[in-house]
Amino acid sequence: MPNFRDTGHLFRFAGIFVAAVLIFLAIRGWLVPHTFGQYGHYRGAALTEIAAKPVHFAGHQTCETCHSDIAEKKTAGKHVSVNCEACHGPLASHADDPSIQPAKLNTAQLCGQCHEASAAKPKGFPQVETESHANGVACETCHQAHSPAIAAGGAQ
Amino acid sequence: MQGVDGFMYPNEVQLQWSVLIVLYPFVTGLVAGAFILASLVRIFHVEAVRPTYRLAMLTALAFLLVAPLPLQLHLGHPERSYEMYLTPHRTSAMAMFGFIYLWYLMAVLVAEIWLDYRRDIVVMSQSVTGWRRWAYCVMTLGSSNISARALEIDDRVGWLITLIGIPSAFLLHGYVGFIFGSIKANPWWSSPLMPVVFIFSAMVSGIAAVMLLYMLAAGLRRQAIDVRCVDTVARYLLYIFIIDFSLEMLDLVHRIYEADESFRSLDFMIHTKLFFSQIVLQIFAGTLAPIALLGLTQVVKLPDLARKRIYAIAGCLTLIGIFAMRWNVVIGGQLFSKSFLGYTTYKMGLITREGLLMTVLLSLLPLFFLWVLVKLLPPWYEKQDTLTVVG
Repeated sequence: MPNFRDTGHLFRFAGIFVAAVLIFLAIRGWLVPHTFGQYGHYRGAALTEIAAKPVHFAGHQTCETCHSDIAEKKTAGKHVSVNCEACHGPLASHADDPSIQPAKLNTAQLCGQCHEASAAKPKGFPQVETESHANGVACETCHQAHSPAIAAGGAQ
Repeated sequence: MQGVDGFMYPNEVQLQWSVLIVLYPFVTGLVAGAFILASLVRIFHVEAVRPTYRLAMLTALAFLLVAPLPLQLHLGHPERSYEMYLTPHRTSAMAMFGFIYLWYLMAVLVAEIWLDYRRDIVVMSQSVTGWRRWAYCVMTLGSSNISARALEIDDRVGWLITLIGIPSAFLLHGYVGFIFGSIKANPWWSSPLMPVVFIFSAMVSGIAAVMLLYMLAAGLRRQAIDVRCVDTVARYLLYIFIIDFSLEMLDLVHRIYEADESFRSLDFMIHTKLFFSQIVLQIFAGTLAPIALLGLTQVVKLPDLARKRIYAIAGCLTLIGIFAMRWNVVIGGQLFSKSFLGYTTYKMGLITREGLLMTVLLSLLPLFFLWVLVKLLPPWYEKQDTLTVVG
C-alpha cells in the first residue's frame, strides 16, 4: 500500500479516536440503566421503585376519622385549608398504630415558618417578628392553632 | 439585613455564582484567544507571529485542561460529572458544552499539537534516554515516518484542523456568552450581543496572555525578544481590542437608549457597587489605557525597549480589564434584585472551596501545566532547527 505509507500515522491517530468512542459507547451501555428514557429523561424503573416505598403521610381524611372534633374546629377557622400533617409532620405510622404518639410540637419555632415577618409576604398575611413578639414563648400560650380566627372563638 | 440595601427577594440575598464562575469564562477566553492567535500563522499566514505559534497552542491546551476545574469545585461531586456525558439532556446548554469541550480538546488542540510536533517527537524519541524516551515513543504512536511527504500531509491536515478549530474556538467561548445572554430573567445578562462580546474579549485576553508569556519566556531563557513578532501581535491586539470595545459600547449605548424598566437600577449599580470594578478597572484601566498605550506605539516611533515595556504594561492591564469584565458580568448580574428595589453584597471567602486561595491556585495551575508541556514539547523554534531529522 504505497499510497498509504505516508498517512499511516494519521490512521493510527484516528484509530485511537475510534477506539475511544467505542469504549465510551460500551461503558455507556453498561452504566446507563436499561429503563433510562422509557418515559422521559429519567430511569423508568424509578417510578415503580418509588411507588413501592412505604407511605409516610396518612392524609387529612385519615386524621379526621378519629379527630373529628379538631376537624370541626378547623372548618370555621383560617387554617381550614392547612393540612394536618403540614404542621404535625408525616404520621402514617400513628394512623396505622395509634399507640405510636407523635412528638410534641415546638410552636415557638413551628409557627414562625409561615408567620415570621418578611417584606416579601403579602401585606394581608398575618406575620410577626417572633423574637420581639413572643420572646421564645410558645405561640399556643395565647393562640389556638386549629382555629386562630376570633370568630371561631380563638385569638387573632 | 447585613449587606443588603433596599429590598431583595429572599433567594437573591446570597450569591449563587462565586468568583470561580468568574474564573471559568476568563480561562476559556484565554484558550479561545490563544488559539485564534495561533490560527493567524496557520490560516492567515501572518509569518511575523510564528515565534508565538507553538507557545499559543500549548497555552491553549494548558488552560483548557484547567477550564472545567472551577465548575467542578463550584458544583461539588466531581464523581458524578461523567454522567453529563452518559445521559446528556439535549435542551441543556451545559450538557452540550461537555461535548464541545471534548471536541475542542481532543479533535482540535491535541490533534493539531500532535501533528505540528510529530517531527520533533520522532526525533526526540530516538535521541533522548530514560523515561522521556518512553514518553516520546508513546507519542509517536509507533510511527517514525517523518519523510518530506508525510510531513507535508501533516501540514495539510493541520491546516484543515485549524480551519475547523476557529469556529470550534468561537463555539467554546461563544457558548459561555450564550448561556449568560439567554438568561432572559436577568436584564444584566440577557442580550444577544453577549456571545459576540465574549468572543472578542476572549481574543483580546488570549492574545495578550500569549504575548506576555512569550516575552516572559524569552526573558527567563535570556533570549532576545523578536520585536517584529511582538509588534505584530500587539497590532492585532489593538485592532481586536478596538472591535471589542466598540461592541461593548454598542451594548451600553443600546441599553441607555432602550432604557427599559431595569435601567435605573442597573445604572445606580454601576455608579455605586460596580464603580471600581466596572468604571475604574474594566473601562479605564483595563480597556482605554491599554488601547491608548498600544495606539501610541502605532503613531509614535519609539525605541524597541520602550515598545516592549509598553506591550508588557498594556498586556497586564488587558488581562486585569478582561478579568474585571468577567467579574462584572458574573458577580454584577447577581448584585441587584429582580424587583429593581435593592442590592446585595458579594463577600468572597478566603480559604474556602470557592474562595480567594482556591482562585489563585486555579489561576496558577495552568502555568504549571504549561511549564510541563514546554519541558516536554519545547516550543522554541531555534532548537527545532538544530534537531537532526531521522527519516
